Amino acid sequence: MTPGDTLGDTPNSGAAITLESVHKWYGAFHVLQDINLTVQRGERVVVCGPSGSGKSTMIRCVNRLEEHQEGKIIVNGIELTNDVKAIEGIRREVGMVFQSFNLFPHLTVLENLTLSPIWVQKRPKKEAEQAAMEYLERVHIPEQAKKYPGQLSGGQQQRVAIARALCMKPSIMLFDEPTSALDPEMIKEVLDVMVGLAEAGMTMICVTHEMGFAKTVANNMVFMDEGSIVEMAPPKEFFTNPKSERTQKFLSQILTH
Amino acid sequence: MARSGETPGQIIAREEEPKDVSLPPPKAPPTSPVLAVDWVRQHLFSSVPNTLLTLLCFWLLWETVPPLIDWALIGAVWSGGDPQLCRDADGACWAFITEKHRFILFGLYPFDEQWRPRLAMALFVGTLLVSSYPPFWRPWLGLLWVAVFTSCGILMWGGVFGLTPVDNTRWGGVPLTLILAVVGLVCAFPLSILLALGRRSDLPAIRMVCVGFIELIRGVPLISVLFMASVMFPLFLPEGVTIDKLLRAQVGIILFTAAYLAEAVRGGLQSIPRGQFEAADAMGLSYWKKTLLIILPQALKVAIPPIVNQFISMFKDTSLVIIIGLFDLLTTAKTALADPPWRAFYIESYLFAAMIYWAFCFFMSRYSQYLERRLETGHKRS
Repeated sequence: MTPGDTLGDTPNSGAAITLESVHKWYGAFHVLQDINLTVQRGERVVVCGPSGSGKSTMIRCVNRLEEHQEGKIIVNGIELTNDVKAIEGIRREVGMVFQSFNLFPHLTVLENLTLSPIWVQKRPKKEAEQAAMEYLERVHIPEQAKKYPGQLSGGQQQRVAIARALCMKPSIMLFDEPTSALDPEMIKEVLDVMVGLAEAGMTMICVTHEMGFAKTVANNMVFMDEGSIVEMAPPKEFFTNPKSERTQKFLSQILTH
Repeated sequence: MARSGETPGQIIAREEEPKDVSLPPPKAPPTSPVLAVDWVRQHLFSSVPNTLLTLLCFWLLWETVPPLIDWALIGAVWSGGDPQLCRDADGACWAFITEKHRFILFGLYPFDEQWRPRLAMALFVGTLLVSSYPPFWRPWLGLLWVAVFTSCGILMWGGVFGLTPVDNTRWGGVPLTLILAVVGLVCAFPLSILLALGRRSDLPAIRMVCVGFIELIRGVPLISVLFMASVMFPLFLPEGVTIDKLLRAQVGIILFTAAYLAEAVRGGLQSIPRGQFEAADAMGLSYWKKTLLIILPQALKVAIPPIVNQFISMFKDTSLVIIIGLFDLLTTAKTALADPPWRAFYIESYLFAAMIYWAFCFFMSRYSQYLERRLETGHKRS
């Protein structure tokens, strides 16, 4: 039962993620300034912007890897507070893929995938392993199940990381620059998996500089700079007719080289 | 329960492209010379200083090794209860060990009952060997240890099943050293993990207690911890209450070792990248599950060298219990020399004790290397 069901008709029943005037500081540095963002169920949002603009910090606030200091974050109807139950509830709903994969090096690929289903969701081992193999097939590496992450290539590791997040059956996926640490020839295999997920209707927020990918899958583009959301628009409008000067400058820098 | 993510969808991915097969065959690496003469010339006599060093080494070996073999093997007296035979011989007096080994090994334990510590040690060492094999790291191993500790206790103390009671003030030699060391390790290790985790805790009270304990204990020598446990501590107890001397020494050793081990474990914890914690958090693991399933297995593996270093050091430090009058292995080796006719053979006595210490320490050292290799999963590519 999803928490959204228990709460019934909340004002956000159609929204998977809502951020309302979210602020965050690192010491005196104002990293997130008045962030307002709503992601509908099934919607794919791609976040871009120069480095240090707060993109990663924003999506890391959604599952409480970072704590926001002001404002409201609501995920599937659960408000993110210091309440451990709320945090655990949200983390069950939200899968995350990191730039540096963060697979557990002391566990095999299969053990990486079944860890959370077995220990957090208390599913039987057999069932968890079966599900894990299905997800490995979806990311096209079932033959690597018994290997350790250190024996795989970067692209394979990131696909395992995606499968690991999917094994928790999340309703939302967060991607934090999933292809930035990869060699160029491995980027495509990871993006292909992500496109497949998008086609399956997954709610996604993706921080990435892969603009081709963004054009293919995004419903909405978000451009961030200096801790604020500068512009938000559907990709067609965003790429052909950006309103803000900063967006124009950013796009001209990453699209023409 | 309807969730958008559950609808199975097709994922498009590129098939592996076939490798180009028209590449030239790989070139073999250059082979190095294998002739013995070449090797000697290259490594031992390549230059004038090198030649001088080589000759010096040969001379030193010639001066030390043959006399040592003469003393230890050829000229040695191996048996016979008469110390005069030894005095007449040129070599080592191993007859001393033949004569006194039961005292050195078992101390003041009643002579006719010494099969009991012997059996207890066999059980103990056997279980240690069984537990050093990783596939046996299962819950039943804990039960086995409980059973072994219980039966060793029964054997050593007696008093049940028709065994004569033996007070633990009469324990000594190898059993005492092994008990102090193994019980010390078994108790200090989990305590040190808790201390190391506590030192990194977000809760200031817990952190302060752990830092305070570690810094206080590390700031004093073990000898003073033992002395306090033995002399000072009883002064604070209410009249009529006494705590066993062996137990006090044991607790002293546990606390001391835990403080040092905690820093070794903390070193391991520090080496785990932040991403591992974040990935575990993002998967919804609780603090203890994250710590036990993800962080500690990796941290302890990294910390194997300093942890084993500490184990070895503490195994030998148990010999300091001599200052509170416990008869550990080194003390029995020393006391065996108190018999006037045998007084001259201290080298043999200490060598014998040293070899026993060395055997255990060498095993620990080799075992730690085996464990490191075994737990290697290829994430640090060399």
